[in-house]
Amino acid sequence: MGSADPAPDPDAPEVPEGTRAVLDGNELNRALTRIAHEVLERTKGGQHVTLLGIPSRGVPLARRLARRIERVEDLSVPTGSLDITMYRDDLRLAPARALGRTEIPAGGLDDRVVVLVDDVLFSGRTVRAALDALGDLGRPRAVQLAVLVDRGHRELPIRADYVGKNLPTSLRESVTVRLDETDGHDAVLLGPSRPSPANTLKGGLKGGLRSGSPDSSPATTEGDD
Amino acid sequence: MRHLLSAGDLSRDEATLVLDTAAELAQVGDRSVKKLPTLRGRTVVNLFYEDSTRTRTSFELAAKRLSADVINFSAKGSSVSKGESLKDTALTLQAMGADAVVIRHSASGAAHRLANWVDGSVLNAGDGTHEHPTQALLDAYTMRDRLGRLDGLRVAVVGDILHSRVARSNVLLLTTLGAHVTLVAPPTLLPVSVHTWPCEVSYDLDEVLPKSDVVMMLRVQAERMRDSFFPSVREYSRNYGLDGERLNRMPAEAIVMHPGPMVRGMEISAEVADSPRCTVTEQVANGVSLRMAVLYLLLGGS
Repeated sequence: MGSADPAPDPDAPEVPEGTRAVLDGNELNRALTRIAHEVLERTKGGQHVTLLGIPSRGVPLARRLARRIERVEDLSVPTGSLDITMYRDDLRLAPARALGRTEIPAGGLDDRVVVLVDDVLFSGRTVRAALDALGDLGRPRAVQLAVLVDRGHRELPIRADYVGKNLPTSLRESVTVRLDETDGHDAVLLGPSRPSPANTLKGGLKGGLRSGSPDSSPATTEGDD
Repeated sequence: MRHLLSAGDLSRDEATLVLDTAAELAQVGDRSVKKLPTLRGRTVVNLFYEDSTRTRTSFELAAKRLSADVINFSAKGSSVSKGESLKDTALTLQAMGADAVVIRHSASGAAHRLANWVDGSVLNAGDGTHEHPTQALLDAYTMRDRLGRLDGLRVAVVGDILHSRVARSNVLLLTTLGAHVTLVAPPTLLPVSVHTWPCEVSYDLDEVLPKSDVVMMLRVQAERMRDSFFPSVREYSRNYGLDGERLNRMPAEAIVMHPGPMVRGMEISAEVADSPRCTVTEQVANGVSLRMAVLYLLLGGS
């Protein structure tokens, strides 16, 4: 809980050269609190809401939203994760990827208001894949989308219902979300683009069955939009 | 790696990745729509020169759950019965655009040969008395699923080691994954080179059982035997068969595995085969998830 201002701090070495923090820990948490309130408002009390995080960083974000909703409304929201790897449209552009976890809460998804949670909304292709995956898992009453950062550049007709921060970016920039649960601290960083995401993708195999867990990837979520 | 030819080709990380992927894919079997779109538009050929129900249907179901197109090609009723060679058959399948060939053949090394002739992936589904890597992977998966770990696990493989491709693949894979394997068989049913395998060998089942977490019973493959390897079925069964009394001498949480098909009354008694500690049907169910994982990892990427 030490991260405070964007000023030089003990946090300083955490921000790699050439990147700057667009959200620090406190701002990130305030944005999540606001989203939690918006979810409750839009779903009229959240009785039917199921939160599904998209791995890897959507999952801890979904859990945090659930905790906030519980605090505000004293309502325990079913929370799970939805891995979309098998539904991606770019599988053949990279070696096979390790799969993330899919955990559907016990009650299932039928007739629930499913709120998908992801860290960065970019091309919209991840969300497209998630919608396809949902179709195979049940029939939700409605599907909504919550993202921490919307960086624009959509390639599909998809928009978010809840946005932590709208961040206008250039295609040459990269957006990195870091979370306490996965990276040891909270921040959203904006930096110069990394070399082609296709080559830096999560451990796959092919041309060498190489192992890697979905969580072992560097703190990049950008390729996944 | 483009092919899966031998369980010995897998590193510990690669094998663990396959098992982890299979664990995720196992959920697909519980869903209302038991299908993933991942291999849409890919073609998998099941090329079976030997009879098989379990392995062929398992591969077929796995490929179909990943939305691949599956062609079943068995030697009976094909040009093979007219004298076509393996190479020509392979080139024919290649010309039809097969992305993966799953091959079972009575000759050891057939899968390796095939891998040199086709561009697609080759998956060894059993070649002669050599290897059966997906069986070893699904066995390892079942052990990890039931007992929670593989590292340090003591596994006894009992029976016709000489004619078993399952035994060799299991020894190689389980050793890679940190388990200790002991082969138990009459001397006549052990291969000459068994001392070069990374495992222990024993002729005495009763001595090995109490210190085993897993016992894997193998069928005596009479169809591959031209000589007599033991005096009588009764004697074999008494010395190397697993019955209820022997099972009771194993640790309480120990499990009994069998790659199938079982011959009740020979290597395993009906009492043991039907006991909840016997994982035969679990192995079959896990086989589908495991083969989905292998197909995905070999064909899913670029």
